[in-house]
Amino acid sequence: MSALARIDDLHISFGGVAAANGVSFAVERGEFLAVIGPNGAGKTTALRMVAGILRPDSGRVFFDDRDVTRLPVHARARLGLGFTHQIVRPFYGFSTVENVMLAAGHRETSSPWRALTSRSRDLAREKARTILERIGLSAQAASSPRALPLGQRKRLEVARAIALDPRLLLLDEPLAGLSSAEAAAMADLISGLPAQGITVVLVEHNLGEVLRVADRLVVLDAGKVLAEGVPAEVMKRADVRQAYTGVV
Amino acid sequence: MSAYVASLVSVIGINLILALGLNIITGFCGQVSLGHAAFYGLGAYTAAYLAKLGAPLPLTLLAGAVMAGAIGIVVGLTSLRVRHDFLAVTTMGIGFVFLGFVRKQKWLGAELGISGIPGPGMDPLAYALLISAFAMAVLVFSLWIKQSWMGFTFDAVADDEDAARTVGVNVSTYKLTAFGIGTALAGLAGGLYIYFARIILPDTFDFVESIAVLTMVVIGGTGSVWGVFASTVVLTLLPEVSRAAADYRLLIFGALLVLVMRFSPGGLAGLVKRRPA
Repeated sequence: MSALARIDDLHISFGGVAAANGVSFAVERGEFLAVIGPNGAGKTTALRMVAGILRPDSGRVFFDDRDVTRLPVHARARLGLGFTHQIVRPFYGFSTVENVMLAAGHRETSSPWRALTSRSRDLAREKARTILERIGLSAQAASSPRALPLGQRKRLEVARAIALDPRLLLLDEPLAGLSSAEAAAMADLISGLPAQGITVVLVEHNLGEVLRVADRLVVLDAGKVLAEGVPAEVMKRADVRQAYTGVV
Repeated sequence: MSAYVASLVSVIGINLILALGLNIITGFCGQVSLGHAAFYGLGAYTAAYLAKLGAPLPLTLLAGAVMAGAIGIVVGLTSLRVRHDFLAVTTMGIGFVFLGFVRKQKWLGAELGISGIPGPGMDPLAYALLISAFAMAVLVFSLWIKQSWMGFTFDAVADDEDAARTVGVNVSTYKLTAFGIGTALAGLAGGLYIYFARIILPDTFDFVESIAVLTMVVIGGTGSVWGVFASTVVLTLLPEVSRAAADYRLLIFGALLVLVMRFSPGGLAGLVKRRPA
């Protein structure tokens, strides 16, 4: 495997507090990488810097050997860098299928002129319905996201990200707030993404599910990478257990 | 068609172009603008100035639209920095800046405006039909946008800018496009107005006019082309059918706004069920 993305010495501070203090790691092509760590470790911050939502104070982000540090969110998304929000952000004015259609038709929205001269939504609708079926939301296609329970909204967020045809998908706590059964189902769903050609970086607190589905772990603590490697070996490390669980 | 009816048709046509233009900015793309009359005025002053220099009607209309659209894009840049109520106040300020500027410019007639504007080169009836043709073209264009991917993307920007970015939408470009199109249409309306009125005064383009146009959009249903069409026609005709309605135009507009906000925030169009995908 070769690195699809590389984070190089990222620093960012909020009000003098360093949320990321030299974070560096690589994401191998085709892997399922989980980023874990205690609250305040800088996991979501690091993910948001990779997605382009936050600009690092220093350091660089490479995607497919291209420096994307200065690229805005939408440009990274078009390069194949998908992102799902921790707190779901569906378009509440759209139906479920329309939410996915907008992403599925991303080629039509690449410029205002192209968008103005394109009218047919048939292909995007077909693609969106296929994704919804795959993700278990076909029965809710016509529903408003407001009518969906949290578990289904989380699925919708993933469906919308998949519709962008990403090569790398950044998932920010997709299991948060879900019941055990829902979390297991969601973990199963996203664990199948690498087989579909989508490399995954998952930030998640649900350690049980993370250890079940991740190929590799990166452990962050106090804005720095504490450890990385295969889950079984990383979790044996005393410093990781202490940082993550508070016990040695 | 009598001269009175021709005049009425002209005013309705001009108001339709104004309201449908604002609907693209505020209704489609969700960017509040309380300074639309400034772009109406920009188009009118540009067209009037050129008309008095002897420029032909097509050129003055084009120049008015281009000038208003260009300044509209510059003003639209503020929408990239501020949102919602801050944007509303900023665009309101643009209206005051425009009025403050033209009122002090002697070469634009200052407080007296520009008079002695040449006619359109056709009789009032033909000119009313020309304005109507422009208004219908803008209506069709609005419907086209609504049905295109541009309309779909505008809806997404209006709904949640941050979510739109994560699905690859260049939100800034779409916002500027909405401002550019909407304000250019206001400029076109201004250009058409000068050949109808033959005189322009700064007060024609004041804050009250911006609110009147916004009222047409809100009562019709922000984002609804047919709703805005219907409300613009009705609200333009209202002062004509009743002297009382003319005297209390602002009061009636304000009361209608309150009633719509209370009972049907989606305006007239809100009464129609949303079409599924």
